[in-house]
Amino acid sequence: MTGLAAADKPRAARADRAAFRDFRLEIEEFHFDYADALERGEVEQWCEFFTDDAFYCIIARDNYESGLPLGLVYCEGKGMLKDRAFALRNTEMYAPRYLNLQISNVRVHEAAGATIRAEANYLLLETLVEEPSRIQQVGKYYDLFERIDGRLLIRERRCVYDSVVINNCLVFPV
Amino acid sequence: MPDWVYTDRRIYEREQERIFFGRHWNFVGLECEVPKPGDYIRSYVGEVPVVVTRDMDHGFHVFENRCAHRGAEYCREYRGNTERFVCPYHNWTYDLAGDLVAVPFRRGVKGKGGMPPGFDMAEHGLRNFRVSAYRGVIFATACEDMEPVEDYLGPGIREQFDIIFDGTEQVLLGLHRNVLPGNWKLYQENLKDPYHATLLHTYLTTFGLFVTSNESDIMVDPVGRHSALLSRRPQGRPEVSEEDQAQIQAYREGLKLNDESVLDFVREFDSSWSGAAMTIWPNMTALRQTNILNTRLIVPRGPNELMMIWAVFGRASDDEAMTRHRLRQNNIFGPGGFLGIEDNEALKFVQDGLRRSMPRVGLALLGDDDEETDTIITERAIRAMYRYYREAMAL
Repeated sequence: MTGLAAADKPRAARADRAAFRDFRLEIEEFHFDYADALERGEVEQWCEFFTDDAFYCIIARDNYESGLPLGLVYCEGKGMLKDRAFALRNTEMYAPRYLNLQISNVRVHEAAGATIRAEANYLLLETLVEEPSRIQQVGKYYDLFERIDGRLLIRERRCVYDSVVINNCLVFPV
Repeated sequence: MPDWVYTDRRIYEREQERIFFGRHWNFVGLECEVPKPGDYIRSYVGEVPVVVTRDMDHGFHVFENRCAHRGAEYCREYRGNTERFVCPYHNWTYDLAGDLVAVPFRRGVKGKGGMPPGFDMAEHGLRNFRVSAYRGVIFATACEDMEPVEDYLGPGIREQFDIIFDGTEQVLLGLHRNVLPGNWKLYQENLKDPYHATLLHTYLTTFGLFVTSNESDIMVDPVGRHSALLSRRPQGRPEVSEEDQAQIQAYREGLKLNDESVLDFVREFDSSWSGAAMTIWPNMTALRQTNILNTRLIVPRGPNELMMIWAVFGRASDDEAMTRHRLRQNNIFGPGGFLGIEDNEALKFVQDGLRRSMPRVGLALLGDDDEETDTIITERAIRAMYRYYREAMAL
């Protein structure tokens, strides 16, 4: 943007807005599929929303804002995502639950080449047998998407949660 | 163990008085959580909210998070840096030692109102605790004449404690917090119970981190209140015998992680044990497992609930690769970790059972009290804790 003459700015901004609107719609559709996979417990499918070199972490907001790197979940590379999916499917013990993942307020910040930087709000509701539904996580995604062979994938996702004191444990990713 | 030990309000209140405010050292935080002068964190002694500070001379203080005036909980941040705490209600002001340093309109206005003439600020500081920082770990007690922390830990336990807290500078990587709908003692028991490790935590056995055939040792201090579960991971991948496989229902053979580097063990401890899970009575656990280093602070919140504050740390000497290795490995623990999820779920199941069933007495019968210390199929350390508990509670 900095290289444009002043007179070109409004038109460029309009073009940007239109492009960003398209990206936003595309990302929203991406999120709907992403949430659907997790809600159905399809954790193997969840891994396929990421690039091979993806970074994924779920980090408490107090850690994030204090510059403390510890993640509740901290994965470098799709291999670690697959290992988590495998554990959830095969080795982990947890009570059965219904999940409802709401993703909203998508904002596109930057698009450069094949990558898009964006953020969104998320809300994970969890319902255990004979227990009231409860908020398990509320937070924000800070994302970097990459388009590979025409398909949008997550290259970086930081899930920063406000709900710092976790209700017992977080079983499924967000 | 009768159900009411975990559910009765009177027992719970007696525990606050006789255990957390009794003749014990309470863990309140790590020095690396307050690395600079003026740093503070919220913490707890029993169920009571406290603030832990590092003063300008690097002394540590622990005092109640409750204004001496009207009782407001004045510190509302997880952590921060300050020179003084000001209660927002009437601006009573305390220094980093919890001493009262300012009371607005103390002499009234135009000769009217104000504090009585005999009001002495020195007598109205925040309720504070005696503090001892031992090898980077901060303890607090309400007891007037506590023995030093070294003696409180006792010789064998202290030796294991000193391996985790080896005197080198630690760096905080971050904290986890979770509530758990279970009695606080269940969490102590869980780390004194090696029996569950290979049965509940199939991840450990499946990927070879901990198997029943590993060499191990269950250490309990002479009075029975602290413990250490020690284990040694063999080189390469340990064998799980067919006999043991048959006992572990969820066991699956021959599985490999996609990213095995997560389980790498970078040698860093002066010990032949690769793992130590410790409980320090009444409210601390300390863990070194492979390259994971953490403490857990157990905060009782009524008989049926606890809050856990996990502090995960590395060393100041770690390079970036080592820090990332620790961060990756920490997927195993914490309230989103492979073991953490299962522990928290299992303890919730136990408390649900305790709260809602017909009253009964639970069992902890495995093993002998005078057995060799190298078996993990035992509940000896749990029984030792309850022998001590009965004495401390005068039950």
